[in-house]
Amino acid sequence: MGLVEAIVISIIAASTPLLLAAAGELIVERAGVLNLGVEGMMIMGAACGFAGAYLTGSTFVGALFGVAAGMALSFVFAVLTLGLAVNQVAAGLALTILGIGLSGLIGAGFVGEKIVPAPQLSIPVLTGIPFIGRILFGQNAFIYFSIALVIGIWWFLYRTRAGLILRAVGDSHTSAHALGYPVLKIRLLAVLFGGGCAGLAGAFLPLAYTPFFIPGMTAGRGWIALALVVFSSWLPGRLVAGAYLFGAVSILQLHAQAFGLGIPSQLMTALPYLATVMVLVIISRARGAAGSVAPASLGTVFVPDR
Amino acid sequence: MQLVLEKRAERSTFIALASPVLAIALTLVTMSIFFLMLGKNPVTALYVYFIEPLTDSYTLMEIAVKASPLIMIAIGLSLCYLANVWNIGAEGQFLMGAVCGSYLAVVTNGTGAGPWVLPAMLVMGAFGGTLWAMIPALCKTRFGANEILTSLMLVYVADLILDYLVRGPWRDPKGPNFPTTASFDPVATVPTLMEFGRLHAGVLLTALLVVVAAIMLSRTIKGFEIRVVGAAPRAARFAGFSSEKLVIFTFAVSGALAGLAGIIEVAGPVGVLQPGISPGYGFTAIIVAFLGRLNPVGILVAGLFLALTFIGGEGAQISMKVPLDLTKVFQGILLFYVLACDSLILYRIRLVAAKPKAA
Repeated sequence: MGLVEAIVISIIAASTPLLLAAAGELIVERAGVLNLGVEGMMIMGAACGFAGAYLTGSTFVGALFGVAAGMALSFVFAVLTLGLAVNQVAAGLALTILGIGLSGLIGAGFVGEKIVPAPQLSIPVLTGIPFIGRILFGQNAFIYFSIALVIGIWWFLYRTRAGLILRAVGDSHTSAHALGYPVLKIRLLAVLFGGGCAGLAGAFLPLAYTPFFIPGMTAGRGWIALALVVFSSWLPGRLVAGAYLFGAVSILQLHAQAFGLGIPSQLMTALPYLATVMVLVIISRARGAAGSVAPASLGTVFVPDR
Repeated sequence: MQLVLEKRAERSTFIALASPVLAIALTLVTMSIFFLMLGKNPVTALYVYFIEPLTDSYTLMEIAVKASPLIMIAIGLSLCYLANVWNIGAEGQFLMGAVCGSYLAVVTNGTGAGPWVLPAMLVMGAFGGTLWAMIPALCKTRFGANEILTSLMLVYVADLILDYLVRGPWRDPKGPNFPTTASFDPVATVPTLMEFGRLHAGVLLTALLVVVAAIMLSRTIKGFEIRVVGAAPRAARFAGFSSEKLVIFTFAVSGALAGLAGIIEVAGPVGVLQPGISPGYGFTAIIVAFLGRLNPVGILVAGLFLALTFIGGEGAQISMKVPLDLTKVFQGILLFYVLACDSLILYRIRLVAAKPKAA
């Protein structure tokens, strides 16, 4: 396997958790809810996902555990923000703090254990094609699912009636409510979907990326996923581009470190975080003239009047 | 039947006072359930967590030492949150304060410099925190970039800068085999208040700060401005208050306080600059700010309470073999309950019969 091929494969792997988590959050934010707890749901997905796979020996069960853990946490968030009209920023932060603590508690017994990593697709002949074979036909299920998920989200948002209603709820909850749509119920479903995606993204890390669990292994990926949603202007297509751009930055800095260019390794490690800040500045600045493209009701509480 | 929220005509003053107490009570109940699940006696565990640290003068001092940075950071954060500015990168500002202040301690190390070093370090620390906080503040006011994400990303960067310095240029050449600067000289160290224990002069500074913040928020035009911009941005615009200037102001103050807390921690209890100087003070301070209802006196009480959970958690880990992460779980749960109970100040929960289908 050539160096370029290896780099492309590792970029795809590094981008996938970002893409999965950001795709879920995109739906949540399109429904007008800002869930800042992605990092907490991801790390819980990682801990529970590893626990599930370790106990049953199955990657699939592990992934399901991860999804369930993310959903459970997001349900707590929904009860607070939708049921009790709590400030979404504060509740999201609480979710992250809780998720990091709980994952440490659950994962403590599994640190140092190993599992069999997620199996990779293998199609005779096709997977054997030089260069593109492994990239296109030799990946694990998470990676194919992440692409399918984004396509599904695009189709849902722009080609279905339910997607139209979801966007209406996010742009003006009062109007949607006046038209008779159950705003809080739709938002609950969106938040649960986002939680499931974040949990799956977290589960990807110990199940397919590294075959073991370490506390805090998400290392800020949940926050980068949140930035990606802003970067994408809430459009699924741009989300893919953004996730792969960030995956590329985080992998290429590792290779640059290996070459030993005389740059402190800490500076290279800081690159994805610095890139996030820079991208946010550039995007926000470019948008200044055109006005905000964020869902108009994003982050505001809604208490239906009877 | 279903539960619905109904807006109160006025804020409930009774619940405003009762809600933190209720939140703590609910957290204690939840903790008991956790202890039962871990096979520990909840009564003993709660005693170890919350009562035992209060019975010993050494742990009492440790609580004050732990609470001091939490309160100092949380007071700065409360100004931000009151003004609806979401600085969640206090952890990074804390670290950069520690780094900038330590610079003086490192360059004067062993040179026999005079007693000006410590005051200058504190100024540098506050300056470092402000500088770091200005990045998200300016990104927000100049370009409209979301301050939540930028301030948080800079936490990771600050952590790496500290790591680089203590492994590289600032590393103690004569030191043992782990990354740390040389121990600070006595002139670069915050003096302790007692013969024994770690109680230091920074604690007094925090107490003074609580008083100053309380006066500033309730008695000055700046305090009024912060509250108006946060509570009613439209009214604030008509009053001629600039929300942009307030973003800069609140970020600058909270950055300075976090930076000051950082350098005091390094020059006081820790005594050297090394990785891992903060057990997440910048994040726990967010909980402290909310639990204290964004009010300086409330924050004082909340900071002491959260410090108690840290010290009690350490005690429980040693004497009862309870995992240390449990403390973080409780702190997260506590914040949830605080937010949920606060909702009852503005709303009341009503049980109503299910609506008949609209004809």
